[in-house]
Amino acid sequence: MKIFATYNIKGGVGKTTAAVNLAYLSAADGHRTLLWDLDPQGAASFLFRIKPRVKGGGKALIRGTKALDDAIKGTDFDRLDLLPADFTYRNMDLLLDTAGKAGAGTRPTRKLARLLKPLAAEYDHVFLDCPPSISLVSENVMHAADVLLVPLIPTTLSVRTLDQLTEFVDGFNGHRPQVRAFFSMVDRRKKLHLEITRDLQAERPGVAATPIPALSMIERMSVERAPVSAFAPGSVAARAYRALWSELQQPPKELLPL
Amino acid sequence: MTAASLREFVADTPAEDDSTLAAAHSALSQAFTVTEEPGAPGRGTRRRAWLDTFDWRLYEAGLTLEFEQARRGGRLLLSKADGTPQAEQSVTRWPRRPGLAEDLPDGPVRDRILVLTSPRALLPIVKAVSTVSVTRLLNADGKTVARLVTERVTVTAPPGNTAAGTTAELPPRLAVTEVRGYPGQARRAAALLAGAAGVSHASQGLFTAALTALGRHPADYTSGVDAEITAAMPAPVAVARLLLRLLDTLELNVPGVLRDIDTEFLHDLRVAVRRTRSAIKLLGQVLPADLAEHYKTEFKWLGDLTTPTRDLDVHLLGFDAMTEQLVAASPADLEPLRAFLARRRAREFRRLAAALRGPRFRAIIQDWRKALLELRDVDGPRRRRPTAAELALSTTGRSFRRIVAHGTAITPASPPESLHDLRKRAKELRYLLEFFAPLHDPVAYRKVVSDLKQLQDCLGEFQDNEVQRHEISALADAMLAEHAAPAATLLAMGEIAANLAVGQAEARAEFAARFGRFAGPAGRERVRVLLANETQGRR
Repeated sequence: MKIFATYNIKGGVGKTTAAVNLAYLSAADGHRTLLWDLDPQGAASFLFRIKPRVKGGGKALIRGTKALDDAIKGTDFDRLDLLPADFTYRNMDLLLDTAGKAGAGTRPTRKLARLLKPLAAEYDHVFLDCPPSISLVSENVMHAADVLLVPLIPTTLSVRTLDQLTEFVDGFNGHRPQVRAFFSMVDRRKKLHLEITRDLQAERPGVAATPIPALSMIERMSVERAPVSAFAPGSVAARAYRALWSELQQPPKELLPL
Repeated sequence: MTAASLREFVADTPAEDDSTLAAAHSALSQAFTVTEEPGAPGRGTRRRAWLDTFDWRLYEAGLTLEFEQARRGGRLLLSKADGTPQAEQSVTRWPRRPGLAEDLPDGPVRDRILVLTSPRALLPIVKAVSTVSVTRLLNADGKTVARLVTERVTVTAPPGNTAAGTTAELPPRLAVTEVRGYPGQARRAAALLAGAAGVSHASQGLFTAALTALGRHPADYTSGVDAEITAAMPAPVAVARLLLRLLDTLELNVPGVLRDIDTEFLHDLRVAVRRTRSAIKLLGQVLPADLAEHYKTEFKWLGDLTTPTRDLDVHLLGFDAMTEQLVAASPADLEPLRAFLARRRAREFRRLAAALRGPRFRAIIQDWRKALLELRDVDGPRRRRPTAAELALSTTGRSFRRIVAHGTAITPASPPESLHDLRKRAKELRYLLEFFAPLHDPVAYRKVVSDLKQLQDCLGEFQDNEVQRHEISALADAMLAEHAAPAATLLAMGEIAANLAVGQAEARAEFAARFGRFAGPAGRERVRVLLANETQGRR
């Protein structure tokens, strides 16, 4: 089971749309895929027309009184399941910090990883869609993930954020996720966007060559309530996600032999 | 569509009538938006076959074996009769012809069925081609919360089958499948479907429904004798029914013998022939004399015709077990013998097949049936005595007394032939018991048969070892004559012959005790009880 997590400290950078489309493509490729909507706003759940509600709330899941397995819902797509958001996730930091049944003996930063373990037999890929913040939740996610997918809006500030994140992850003992950034909401008419994407792709390992452009088709997802790859598979947006997904399945370019 | 809790229904209307499907959709639209799902997984054409041995060994063991064809190869699914999965295995290609479980690649299905089916081949009993369409059931948010899978199925009985060539279209089958996390919605959809006009719960699985549509029943072949006879029936009618039943079994096995599907077709055919010969010999007094006389000769010819192939089959089937007994020689030493046996078997089989396709065999089958049917269905006045029960009583009693007399005369000094004769008499009694089984009290019957079986096993062991020892020596001569026998092979065959002699001596030592149990005071009492029940007119 490989765990992907979309993460950025900032909101509105295309985390959820990426998680939804990449999870859809993973399932379409034949992988048994689960998407966990960790964001209390429940955008990913909304996009799959699933009610953002978990019986017993986040507390039951984190404490282990309800198995993750029991809360999972099938989406409309073959092999793709969703663990819905719940409004109580807004208190997840607190929940992770207090010892529960499943939490006893586990460090607060490793609880999500532990909760996900039993799903290994059932899923090939798990996508975690994280709320924007830097918190105990995000730290848990970083410890659980094998690949940290970081959408970047091409601004100087976001480049700094990536550096900080990489440094933070490098400080982990033991398991460290691979950090894979990609440009999101790229506006081809903006000179700065083009410059930054070009420069950063050249300079930084782990930055994907495929950018996700800012397109109204992606915004349409909230009207269609489906992944863009499902309702408009031939669109530029769908093709961009497909290219990104292919690229993410290869090792980052620095690891390629010269 | 991760979860797969199935709720199955069947339309009451025939395949070509769409009104039931329309009613089903309309019932579901009370709670859901019903919409086609063109790209749904599992949609399209589905090809399946159900496999079993000719004598339904898997069915008898409570198992069902399904082959689901994929674009390349397919999957074998073994399940219990109630549908609980037992084992699953991929196979690379569709078996072109019936195959033995031994021929399957290693895997969990092979492991489960090997002992059960061997040495019989797996035959496709039913083939099904279905068109599957999938409909989504949406809630108010437009989310798929369940699916309706509609399957239109055409079934056929493949060749080599008792219903070969028959095709039937089944009424459409409907199933509600659950979407994970929405069990309540699937329940609701199932409840709505159950209430739709012309839709009812599927009481039979697809395999059983297909068999019914093809006019077959599970386990509709058995090599046993189960003729419909009653105690009061005039004896000639009962005997004709019995012989017709044996003729059915004989004929049912002919295609399997000719296609050389597995060795047991010939075995069952031979048993039917032997039983027929015994019936003619022991009960023939109630048949027209010239008829009995003619068919005595014809069935002897048929029996003798099949013997060489069967003997070689027995050698080849037991070959591995035989090599395992070797102590001094190596199993490889015997391989030239195996090759020799296989060559001979091929030659003998060709001769057998030619005769089974020839005029004499055809005439036996046709004329014998005609004569028996006339005997069974004759109109007008006829003698009502003896009845079947009277015939059973006199012949069974006589047969038992002969065995007692014969066996009592056997001493440790008696030649092997005397045991061989006794074995034949014991076999005749066994057949008589089986022929008239419907007239006997089941408990008394089981007790007598159990004693008799013990005696027969012992006599069989003695006789088979004797015969095989002679055959090994004859084979050695034949191989030498054909220059097909290396010295190591002959030595190994010598060791086999010595093992057979040991087994024979053991059987001989067992004989007195087994015979004592069968023919001693307790054994006689059991037979007396069996026949006393008979005179009371049990049916």
